[in-house]
Amino acid sequence: MSATPRIHPRAEPGETAATAGMGAIKIDVRSLNFHYGRFQALKDVSIQIEERQVTAFIGPSGCGKSTLLRTFNRMFEIYPEQRAEGEILVDGENILRSKKDIALIRAKIGMVFQKPTPFPMSIFENIAFGIRLYEKLSKAEMHVRVEGCLRQAALWDEVKDKLHQTGTSLSGGQQQRLCIARAVAIKPEIVLLDEPCSALDPISTAKVEEMIEELKNNYTVVIVTHNMQQAARVSDKTAFMYLGELIEFGDTEKIFTKPDKKQTEDYITGRFG
Amino acid sequence: MPTSNEHILHSYDEELSRLKGELGRMGQIAVAQIEASMDVLERRDSRAAERVILNDEAIDQLEASVSHDVLLLLARRQPMARDLREVMAALRIAADIERIGDYAANVAKRSMALNLSAPIAPAANLPALTETAVELVRDVLVAYREGDAELARLVWERDVELDALYTSLFRELLTYMMEDPRNITPATHVLFMAKNIERIGDHATNIAENVWFLVNGTPLQEPRKKGDLTSTPAIDPERAPHG
Repeated sequence: MSATPRIHPRAEPGETAATAGMGAIKIDVRSLNFHYGRFQALKDVSIQIEERQVTAFIGPSGCGKSTLLRTFNRMFEIYPEQRAEGEILVDGENILRSKKDIALIRAKIGMVFQKPTPFPMSIFENIAFGIRLYEKLSKAEMHVRVEGCLRQAALWDEVKDKLHQTGTSLSGGQQQRLCIARAVAIKPEIVLLDEPCSALDPISTAKVEEMIEELKNNYTVVIVTHNMQQAARVSDKTAFMYLGELIEFGDTEKIFTKPDKKQTEDYITGRFG
Repeated sequence: MPTSNEHILHSYDEELSRLKGELGRMGQIAVAQIEASMDVLERRDSRAAERVILNDEAIDQLEASVSHDVLLLLARRQPMARDLREVMAALRIAADIERIGDYAANVAKRSMALNLSAPIAPAANLPALTETAVELVRDVLVAYREGDAELARLVWERDVELDALYTSLFRELLTYMMEDPRNITPATHVLFMAKNIERIGDHATNIAENVWFLVNGTPLQEPRKKGDLTSTPAIDPERAPHG
């Protein structure tokens, strides 16, 4: 996997509302429509996600934020009747039309879900399993790598004496951090987090948020969250979605202090519904 | 899309309107205090002046109450966007009104000192100065209550009138002091009183800036004309914040 950032030409001025003042674009979504059978879950969504930044998707349940996140690694393909139209350029390549092996696309993109999903194997193997699929490492190298991932997830001190216990024996917060460690173990370029803290207590949430700040240095992070304070705390850019449409996208600082759209304002101030 | 001006949580609306109510009361008392300070000056009534000084406590208590409510609101609600600006504006405006109250009390205090010597003519100009200051404070409080950014901007611009009145009174007092050294003590008291009233206008413009930011989310920034020319270095090297 190449770690070299690819710099993409900036979009034409005024091409989308979401392009102003941006750095290198990692994910460029263009006129994306998404259907679950007859139901249209995303309507003409265009958004540009910057490299090595944290982008948050917020909006009420059913607004399409998780759907949008899941298109980035073509997760939807495992279900019939789900289809995406439009373009999703990752490093300039349209992953919706890519002839590359889907596993290679997904290797570049790590994903963590709402509920922790550790594999039913040891803590050590939870991390090593994915690495082995892509790299051949000696036993010693693997140990260094696994330790590094667990340290990055601020989990090492808590699990170093029980690496061979099953991952499911950990607490919810620890399991989630294990899943994040697992996601970054294969050195992806993009990390997708789908409500990673909704099942966690405040202390575990704080640890995950600390990780997200750390992750930003090496990865492009996209997070879906129902917790607006969390979006305000951890993200650089925020997208507000409603009924499958992207309503407003901009600097997090602006979205949470002076959003342009009344719909955004009503949602984030709790006047919605 | 369903929209409304009320929060889903009604208690949140109640907390915000409570804050607004407290500021409204603070403002009313502050205006009454400024007017009372002029009244005791004109009547040369030192006992009434003492009451004005004591009344300032009511404003201080309300300010403490606003601070407390803001603290709780931030802790409980984590306000965002306009709500956040609303809470920040309330805290800052309360501090400005509290200072306005202090200036009114200072004027009353100096009127007691002034009563110790014979009346001097320039003191008669203070009520006109005060009238302008009261208008600015009244208008800016209406602007805050109604969320009227344009009215706030007008107040902000009109501070120049107060500055001009202060400058002319300043010159008049200088002349008085030069004419007869016995005028120096009472004229100095009048000068400080005038300065206090001029400072009330500055706090009204602070409030105006906060109202503008509250409504628009952007700072009020146009080059504002300064009418107070008394603080040029040749005359007054220190433009002290309080009189």
